[in-house]
Amino acid sequence: MTTAHETATAAPATGKAAAAAAPSMNVARAASLITLALLLLAPLFLKNFYIFQMTQWLIYAIALLALNILTGGSGQFSLGQSAFYAVGAYTAAVMMEIMGVNYVLTLPAAGLICFVFGFLFGLPALRLSGIYLALATFALAVAMPQVLKLHFFEHWTGGVQGLVIIKPDPPEFIKTIGVKMSQDMWLYYFTLVVGIGIYIASVNLLASRSGRAMMAIRDNQIAAAAMGVDVPLYKTLAFGISAGITGVAGALGAIAVAFVAPDSYTIQLAIALFLGMVIGGVGWLPGSLAGAAFMVFVPNIAESISKGLSGAIFGVILIIIIFLVPHGARQIAYMAQHLIGKIGKSS
Amino acid sequence: MTFNKTRLAAVSAAALLAAAVSTSAFAQKKYGPGVTDTEIKIGNIMPYSGPASAYGVIGKTEEAYFKKINAEGGINGRKINFISYDDAYSPPKTVEQARKLVESDEVLLVFNPLGTPPNSAIHKYMNAKKVPQLFVATGATKWNDAKDFPWTMGWQPNYQSESRIYAKYVLKNMPNAKIAILYQNDDYGKDYLKGFKDGLGAKAASMIAIEDSYEVSEPTIDSHIVKMKATGADVFFNITTPKFAAQAIKKSAEIGWKTTHFLNNVSASIGAVIKPAGFENAQDIISVAYLMDPADPQWKDNADMKGFDEFLAKHFPEGNRLDGSVMVGYNVAQTLVQVLKQCGNDLTRENVMKQAASLKDFRSTNLLPGIKINTSATDFAPIEQVQLMKFKGDKWELFGEVISGEVGG
Repeated sequence: MTTAHETATAAPATGKAAAAAAPSMNVARAASLITLALLLLAPLFLKNFYIFQMTQWLIYAIALLALNILTGGSGQFSLGQSAFYAVGAYTAAVMMEIMGVNYVLTLPAAGLICFVFGFLFGLPALRLSGIYLALATFALAVAMPQVLKLHFFEHWTGGVQGLVIIKPDPPEFIKTIGVKMSQDMWLYYFTLVVGIGIYIASVNLLASRSGRAMMAIRDNQIAAAAMGVDVPLYKTLAFGISAGITGVAGALGAIAVAFVAPDSYTIQLAIALFLGMVIGGVGWLPGSLAGAAFMVFVPNIAESISKGLSGAIFGVILIIIIFLVPHGARQIAYMAQHLIGKIGKSS
Repeated sequence: MTFNKTRLAAVSAAALLAAAVSTSAFAQKKYGPGVTDTEIKIGNIMPYSGPASAYGVIGKTEEAYFKKINAEGGINGRKINFISYDDAYSPPKTVEQARKLVESDEVLLVFNPLGTPPNSAIHKYMNAKKVPQLFVATGATKWNDAKDFPWTMGWQPNYQSESRIYAKYVLKNMPNAKIAILYQNDDYGKDYLKGFKDGLGAKAASMIAIEDSYEVSEPTIDSHIVKMKATGADVFFNITTPKFAAQAIKKSAEIGWKTTHFLNNVSASIGAVIKPAGFENAQDIISVAYLMDPADPQWKDNADMKGFDEFLAKHFPEGNRLDGSVMVGYNVAQTLVQVLKQCGNDLTRENVMKQAASLKDFRSTNLLPGIKINTSATDFAPIEQVQLMKFKGDKWELFGEVISGEVGG
């Protein structure tokens, strides 16, 4: 977990350190600008199907970001993110299809409901730490698909059948300014805007007083308490925020896929999210994009190599990555930064 | 300049001529996406991984069957390019794979995607895109809805038609029966229940003594059986999945509840249900079948069963002949080949649906004798006939005529 510490504390560097950090900061800034430009422009040249895949990629990246705040930020493990994702997805689906609410409004609602849900779940979770907390959240993820099938909720959730959602069209103003945009492209940009908003908010959160309190808890709970940090509050808060963001991702996912069913949110999803976080680099927010890319594209690559052994190939790819770059995308980014820094110095 | 002009004239004349020739020679040919003179692209989505991966063998059987067809020269000279993707039984992945097939691979149709939730996830999409979602591998009744979803068609007998058959049997043979029904509380259980009640018609209210449901999450259904026995019912309709079916059969025998026991086809597997429940407890249970059972000795010398075994030996040696899914894959693939044959050179998506909806007395090789596949513009349920069977000794024995339980037809 020490690696996660570095980025977060890199920002307030002063004096000499700041001067030394300046070129690498520029590199990082340039890299993020290039990424942003690519994210903005790529859909203009792609078929709808690929835009849809990219939308899914962004949605998973948001969910990974949420997990990163929890694990990288406050040091708590969760294998139950799929449950929050499901609650967010169903919130959006039920609001859109049964109550007829506009899809944009379902996002804050999903975020809020999941925040409360996560916060409440965080309370008993306070007594647990490390792997025990992971197990408790695991139970949540296992239970969720069955809970969604319960007779009691069936009236709203559609039971095993799930709910079909009508995909939103691009808003009128886009047509009036003369731009022709497909549903997929509109949803992509919509997701991108939401994602960037959440990303900026998360970066600021981790750099704020609350973020520092969370990281203090992560690094040493007793020391944090001694410094006057309200440990239970910040731990549950981290849970709530993480769940809330995951809920927004779930809602976006439901809208993009246009269908929710209990089978969509099994423990497999929770494990995939956990995997994505590790691949992206624990505690490094930009790594969420890399982790999500792994989640969306690597299974397809594995399948294209061999259908019968896709699971095994996926495993081999995973082992190779963990073996070569144990800190995930974050490590690659650092290596690249060093390399560019060196080239910059020698020239 | 003049040279150029003459050349231009010559070229355009040649082009015109070529166009004329091609239109006359290919007047009959109409191709939708994914079709050329030598190839037909067929998409498919299967759970090769994940909780339902046991069914993945259906996709592998189909692939092997199309390889055989290709080796024999294809369909009207066109080879089948079978593109099958894994969705791990996860609906969002099904949507992604379906879109990949339709928008990126540009297949002519998506054939036999498996499972009710995955198919529900792409139901609207396929119909909006007007791409055939043909012969889906699920027994839900909702796939037979030609009016609202003209691009989706099922294949196997649906749950409602099966339970109508039991209802008919009860009405005919035990008109004064007191019926106990146990069903799984989900879409599958309710589908069966609805068909059964519809089949009983006006007599449903007076004949059904108890309607009890259980949740998949319950560890055992013993208490339900005890409760049902207490009503004094003499007919038991058992709408349960394999694990619970075995429990129900065992418990009824244990507490000495003697009934005419109807077991849904979902749990008719000898290996997964009857054997664990005990052969002695399962005597005289009634169920239905529509395909030949490779384990049944009566088909030992049957030419079609031999054909099936030959196919396995030659083209699909890794397939397990006792696995019911292999038999299903083998027969549903034949049905698609028939549809494509009927299409001739008009291989558009519209014509595929038109031909799929005009199957007349078609028999894939291993349907039980007498069962025929019939569809029409309003009837999107290919197999509607089944035959009753009774468990005797250590195997199912077919009895009676082939019967039909058409829903709404």
